[in-house]
Amino acid sequence: MSTNTIQLTEFPVSRPLTLRLHGWVTTVDHKRLGLLYVLFALVFLTAGGIEATVMRLQLIRPHNDLVSPQAFNRMFTMHGTTMIFFVAMPLVFGFANYLVPLMIGARDMAFPRLNAFSFWMTALGGLLLYFSFLGGDGLYGGGGAPDVGWFAYAPLTSRTFSVGHSTDFWTLSLLVSGIGSVGTAINIITTILCMRCPGMTLGKMPLLAWLNLTMGGLVVLAVSPLTAAQLMLLVDRYLGGHFFDAQAGGSAVVWMHFFWVFGHPEVYVLAIPAFAIASEIIPVFSRKAIFGYPVMVLATVAIGFVSMSVWAHHMFTIGMTSGANTFFVLSTMAIAVPTGIKIFNWLATMWGGKIRFAAPMMFCIAFLFQFLVAGLTGVTLAAAPFDWQLGNSYYLVAHFHYVIVGAILFAIFGGFYYWFPKVAGKMYNEALAKLHFWLFFLGFHLTFDFMHIPGLLGMPRRIYTYEPGRGWDVWNVIVTIGVFFQAAGVLILAANLLLSYFRGRTAGNDPWDAWTLEWSTSSPPPEYNFAVVPTVRSRRPLWDLKHPEDPDWRYE
Amino acid sequence: MSAWPETLREYNPSWQLPSRGRVGMYCLIGAEAAIFTIFVVAYLFYVGKSVSGPQPKDVLHVPIFYTICLLSSSFTVHAAVRRLAAGNIRAFVRFWLLTILLGVLFLFGTAREWAQLIFHDGLTVSTNLFGTTYYSLVGLHAFHVTMGLLALIMVALFCFTARLRREHTERLEILSMYWHFVDAVWVVVFLVVYVIGM
Repeated sequence: MSTNTIQLTEFPVSRPLTLRLHGWVTTVDHKRLGLLYVLFALVFLTAGGIEATVMRLQLIRPHNDLVSPQAFNRMFTMHGTTMIFFVAMPLVFGFANYLVPLMIGARDMAFPRLNAFSFWMTALGGLLLYFSFLGGDGLYGGGGAPDVGWFAYAPLTSRTFSVGHSTDFWTLSLLVSGIGSVGTAINIITTILCMRCPGMTLGKMPLLAWLNLTMGGLVVLAVSPLTAAQLMLLVDRYLGGHFFDAQAGGSAVVWMHFFWVFGHPEVYVLAIPAFAIASEIIPVFSRKAIFGYPVMVLATVAIGFVSMSVWAHHMFTIGMTSGANTFFVLSTMAIAVPTGIKIFNWLATMWGGKIRFAAPMMFCIAFLFQFLVAGLTGVTLAAAPFDWQLGNSYYLVAHFHYVIVGAILFAIFGGFYYWFPKVAGKMYNEALAKLHFWLFFLGFHLTFDFMHIPGLLGMPRRIYTYEPGRGWDVWNVIVTIGVFFQAAGVLILAANLLLSYFRGRTAGNDPWDAWTLEWSTSSPPPEYNFAVVPTVRSRRPLWDLKHPEDPDWRYE
Repeated sequence: MSAWPETLREYNPSWQLPSRGRVGMYCLIGAEAAIFTIFVVAYLFYVGKSVSGPQPKDVLHVPIFYTICLLSSSFTVHAAVRRLAAGNIRAFVRFWLLTILLGVLFLFGTAREWAQLIFHDGLTVSTNLFGTTYYSLVGLHAFHVTMGLLALIMVALFCFTARLRREHTERLEILSMYWHFVDAVWVVVFLVVYVIGM
């Protein structure tokens, strides 16, 4: 072999753009697909954020006429659907895709091609949803994007009340992305069970792997019912079926059950990976091993199980039997127990630790506090009589945004900063990151703390305007002002990631002095992740490596 | 580059992990079972709630012969894989083709039943609630049988082009797990539609 041949087979230093893009489109590498998921989610975060801003501007004062009632309905439907299915889910899957193989010492996911297929199904779902703005009219002049709310209760979705194709785009989009989600979940479970490096028994896996395993199980069992419900809706809309047609003996309540059988576990599908991120960041930035590892695992699996028996607390206001009400009140309150255990474990991890207040840790501390508050308002809403008063009010809207933004999104932002050095090989700008934190923290609390109050004063969700003089006016102004702080925070995040990617200083393999396997390989990791497949003996393999005189495996 | 040093590699735990294919197939079966559960629940909830005819007891006939076909195909697919594991390709082909034949017979039975219902009894998806739930549940199952048959036929084609070898036993075992699942679902569908639903 002469050196000439080798040079010919190597790519030139800068490959043409088309080739590079082709590489991204055809990739089956778990790291690239993980990044594609995250980038896809950020694009849709922008869309969903614009929709939220339009709604808040419309509600900033009574009798506002920025958008029509019809457009307002489309905004809240698209905002909810986008944020859950095309922002939160892809973010969660993106992190799992990128991190799980690296953290369990594997070279890729169990089924790389299924992985690519699943991502592109999700992408197709997102495009279908947004194509409705152009194609939703159909031949009937029914108009634009879906406007039936993100849980699309019957009979709003029937052909009678939803002419045109907007609901079809909604249902097809969720059907397609649901197939992608189940594919990814199967992949994550199989990867964790079958691809661990030698020595990594289930009890020695990083918590992130355990929590994503639970998430995968929940997706398999909870997203599939949604797929089934969407199939039934398609039968009703296209073949003239009567599943949800009350006039032919069908039932609108059955749709509610089927939707929330998916809908409530879905909250934990999003929350558990956020817990996973916090469970990795908090120990590293407290310089202590996680407190109560086995209990954390048990609590997570318990949350997974209990979360599948609480769905009808979304339906207290439709009038169920008192037996059903009691069951769902108790099961919903029971879920606070394992969740509380997790919060105490995180606190105990920080207790007596040497805490470093870098951006990832700040986001996690805010996550802890806000998740606690979200849980507390959750307990209030779990009491059926309280829910009869405040279900579908802005109090409820504030509660679930506290969970999804205050807890889940904050933890994910922490994850962005924690793993950015690994992904990009560059360090992010700490000052900009702190600015992002404080802007977003301020904006979040302005919007969602004060949103509870008009709810308590009786303001229902999904109204496009309201009468002056009901005591709601000033709260709505404050809530809307908060949106701009949050938007500024996200823009700074984007600027920070871009600037640091091009101008940041080199991060090195292990900038945080961390303990899990992803920090043992180069930043960014090579395509094969590990030149030598590692062997581990404890939950903190890099601690063992750095402290051969006092390794963890002696104590576990 | 991995910074993994030699020192830790002295530790050599005995290491065996479950097969990817099996775990993946179990997960897929879990997801499919969840989908069928929703359709079965809908069927049971709507039994007797149709506001107009025809009702199940007027038009449905219990498909005993075709049920026996489908259920026995579980035994033949198992027998086929056992023959392949033993390296007996000829016996494998015989059992495999028998499985395909039994699956096709079952689908033929469904087709005949549907033709009778549609053209003789005038029952379609849109006729009444019974029609909606019946065609959806039985159709969803028939769709899964069709998918399984396509996979079985693909394996048969590999076999006829002499590409199938003994090493592929595990893959066929995984495929047969799916086929067993489809059969098991039929037991549930049969009970729900032809026993409880009548």
